[in-house]
Amino acid sequence: MSLTAEARCEAIIGLEIHVQLATRTKMFCGCALAYGAEPNSHVCPVCLGMPGSLPVINERAVELAIRAGLALNCRIAEETRWDRKSYHYPDLPKSYQISQYDLPIAFDGMVEFEVQEVHRRIRIRRAHLEEDAGKNTHDLPGRTLVDLNRAGAPLLEIVTEPDFRSAAEVREFAVQLQRIVRYLGVSEANMQKGQMRFEPNINLRIADGERVAVTPIVEVKNLNSFRALHDAIEFELADQLRRWREDGRTLRPGNKSNRGWDEERGVTVPQREKEEADDYRYFPDPDLTPLPIARERIERLREETPELPIPRTARFIAEYKLPPRDAPALVDDRASADLLDQAKDHGGEPSILGRHFLSFWLMHANARETTIAGLGVSAERMAGLARLQHEGAVNATAAAQIAEAMLTDDSPPDALAQRMGLMQTRDSGAIEAWVEQAIAANVQAVSDARENPKKLAAARGFLVGQVMKLSGGKADPRIVGELLDSRLRRPQ
Amino acid sequence: MNAPIPPGSVIEVADAVAAGRERAAEVCRAALARIAQIDPDVRAFLHVSADHARARATQLDSAIEAGRGGGALAGVPIAIKDNLCTRFAPTTAASRALEGFVPPYDATVVERLESAGALLVGKTNLDEFAMGSSTENSAFFPTHHPLDRGRVPGGSSGGSAAAVAAGMVPAALGSDTGGSVRQPAAFCGCVGLKPTYGRISRYGLIAYGSSLDQVGVLAGNVRDAARVLEVIAGPDARDATCSTHRPEAYSAAMTEELVSRRMAGLRLGVPREYFGEGLSDSVRRAVEAAIDKARRGGARVVDVSLPRARHSVAAYYVIATAEASSNLSRYDGVHYGVRRGAEAGIEALVRESRGAGFGAEVQRRIMLGTFALSAGYYDAYYAKALRVRRLLRDDFSAALREADVLISPTTPTTAFRLGEKLSDPLSMYLADVYTIAVNLAGLPAISIPCGADEAGLPIGLQLIAPALGESLLLQAARAFEQMLASAG
Ligand SMILES: [Zn+2]
Repeated sequence: MSLTAEARCEAIIGLEIHVQLATRTKMFCGCALAYGAEPNSHVCPVCLGMPGSLPVINERAVELAIRAGLALNCRIAEETRWDRKSYHYPDLPKSYQISQYDLPIAFDGMVEFEVQEVHRRIRIRRAHLEEDAGKNTHDLPGRTLVDLNRAGAPLLEIVTEPDFRSAAEVREFAVQLQRIVRYLGVSEANMQKGQMRFEPNINLRIADGERVAVTPIVEVKNLNSFRALHDAIEFELADQLRRWREDGRTLRPGNKSNRGWDEERGVTVPQREKEEADDYRYFPDPDLTPLPIARERIERLREETPELPIPRTARFIAEYKLPPRDAPALVDDRASADLLDQAKDHGGEPSILGRHFLSFWLMHANARETTIAGLGVSAERMAGLARLQHEGAVNATAAAQIAEAMLTDDSPPDALAQRMGLMQTRDSGAIEAWVEQAIAANVQAVSDARENPKKLAAARGFLVGQVMKLSGGKADPRIVGELLDSRLRRPQ
Repeated sequence: MNAPIPPGSVIEVADAVAAGRERAAEVCRAALARIAQIDPDVRAFLHVSADHARARATQLDSAIEAGRGGGALAGVPIAIKDNLCTRFAPTTAASRALEGFVPPYDATVVERLESAGALLVGKTNLDEFAMGSSTENSAFFPTHHPLDRGRVPGGSSGGSAAAVAAGMVPAALGSDTGGSVRQPAAFCGCVGLKPTYGRISRYGLIAYGSSLDQVGVLAGNVRDAARVLEVIAGPDARDATCSTHRPEAYSAAMTEELVSRRMAGLRLGVPREYFGEGLSDSVRRAVEAAIDKARRGGARVVDVSLPRARHSVAAYYVIATAEASSNLSRYDGVHYGVRRGAEAGIEALVRESRGAGFGAEVQRRIMLGTFALSAGYYDAYYAKALRVRRLLRDDFSAALREADVLISPTTPTTAFRLGEKLSDPLSMYLADVYTIAVNLAGLPAISIPCGADEAGLPIGLQLIAPALGESLLLQAARAFEQMLASAG
């Protein structure tokens, strides 16, 4: 197919994300979730699918799924149901997966975020619970080994509407989704451990004048990093245009296909289709009863939903005057971000607290390989230090010194400042004496300040410096300035 | 050879052993001797767990000597249908697919029997995966009717029914998905109890049709069945479909006083659809005679209707086979049992292992069920069968508002000949026509002996009660049992 110069291509992309829930045990049995353990060491009759075994719902997984659903602005089902999805594969012990088909636990949601300073809103079609399969390995030639430690791990499958228009949007959404699920404690979302996996579905709408063509949908399976997600989409979009130019094939019922991502070559490759493709023979699992979810439970969880990373980042930038570049990292460390809010609630001046957090508190945390919250300094004491500086009792340099002492000494910040001799002198009598001394010792500067407007600023600065020097750095510079100014206005 | 001494009843044995009047080891020895003598002809057992039973008996005797109680089933030899998982013996569901499989866990009911002091003497034969009504579908060998070796004992719990009826054990466990406890009980002439769906944990019961399967009891009399039910019933955290209601004290409901008052004023519902075409004359006469006797004994006989019951066999064969097709998909040659064709890749492995592992009837039902769940057919078959099921439940609710219990024949005929229906699966399916609807409705029901036909083959009558109404059901059944035993 050939195109005119006016032809426009629009990407249509949807995303499926599998998130492993951060429960202690599997979805339907009591086995612990243990990544990297000896193969088949965390299994039982239930997750091995042994005859006569029966699944029992992990209530914690249901709770985490509701939390995630609420954070994605979904509606939560009043009654959710379990269905069996049938297919044969060695890593699927029962030859069916317990999933949710027509009554997912969460549905009709949306996520708003910004990408390259453009506001985007992506609709969430549904989020449902299911159990993970095990893992096949082909380490021995001619043999397949099966490890069922992961079989039965609780997964939340989140499905978006095809609302993305570029790979960059998908990537940014994925990053924000990872922040959200981590924030809620819903998942560790560690991609190396397979706790977050992506499957984008991609096609192109090609409009050339009156003519509109839509290319067949391709689903790229099992992407395990943001980079692979981005690059696979970029490649597939370009390649779909190339393929369409070659064969002119457009979207028809049944011509959706799956492809894999060849990381090394940077290309998507066709995947062999399963023999029984597309007929999973879903039906309600008779071993599990439908699960009603009480409105009160949903409302309680809604109230417990914390401020989420995207709005919190915006607020931190505005309120604590954090540089936009640094704000997300602080927000994502939820305990430290909470500590910052608590310090503010204890009366710490927000912009000073923001500076303290990103300067010395972060530095000490990094040096100790912990987080700011991990330093063990209470919000109240952090607020106390910020207040000292805000009131002018200590300057920024002194505050940093006091902070260091606070790590090993539980005394209140003002007591430490006193003991360390870092309190600024606000006793106007003492300051006045230093001012008099400086004026007497620097006749030239005084006369410059009084008589030569061009030299006023420099002379005044010099005199303030002299006073500070006489005070040993302890005089409150604001009071010094005020006293000096009134003294200079006075006739000799 | 001397005729073996018949076992005492469950209650007699348990009470004697618990009181120290009899030793469990001696009861065990006698039971194993009876099995050794009778079973070569009947072939009720797939596996006799003599060592295991002896060891338990010895332990029990020392515990009782030490004054540490005996349990409600102390020293009672009990046989277990081989689709209930046991650590002490292979559990095959009479299928090649599971040949040699020894589960690493016991079914909940097995645990409960053993904690009550029962001696589990072996695993009984069944139709493969409980699919059948004659025990001829066992992959290993058919079981014979204890009274006529040329006939079937019924099924699928044919081994358990035959073991009890032949006097090898006083009680056995079976499972009932469409009549698999009640029908063989009727054929063999013993009591067969299928409790409410969810009254007994299914954990460790190898699934056939999960929404219909229920563990049941085969025993020589109603009070024995009540004693066993009391031990195995009740909530189980391992089965999400198990009722959380505490079971009633079924034995306490069986006092002579309560039972004797039960018949007077009992509203006995007679579903007219269960006395129509296909019912043999001898069975009809026997059940109608029992109803007459009940009327004379003070029962109020009420004519009731189950208009949708005629669809129950069709609905059952869609729902049960659909669930079975999914439940049995795990037997793929990968994890246990028969493995064939591994050289040729995963598809061949699954196809050939399943072809070799499953018998003809199982394959037939898997294909039926797979079809019923397939895209494009789901609504026409599975969804429609679920609607029939709901309507049938409504029918039973309506009938059980007019009556306290319903009465019907358990089976349309007495035991048929070995091989007679093997080539005609449809007529075999109709042997369950009176029992199937009860499973679809999830209700408790019991079959008790009710005379014999001209050939001397036992006839069974079925009583059906409202959900969780086992006390009422057992009292009524006991009242019938006494009434039928008395002359006149
Ligand atoms: Zn497990």
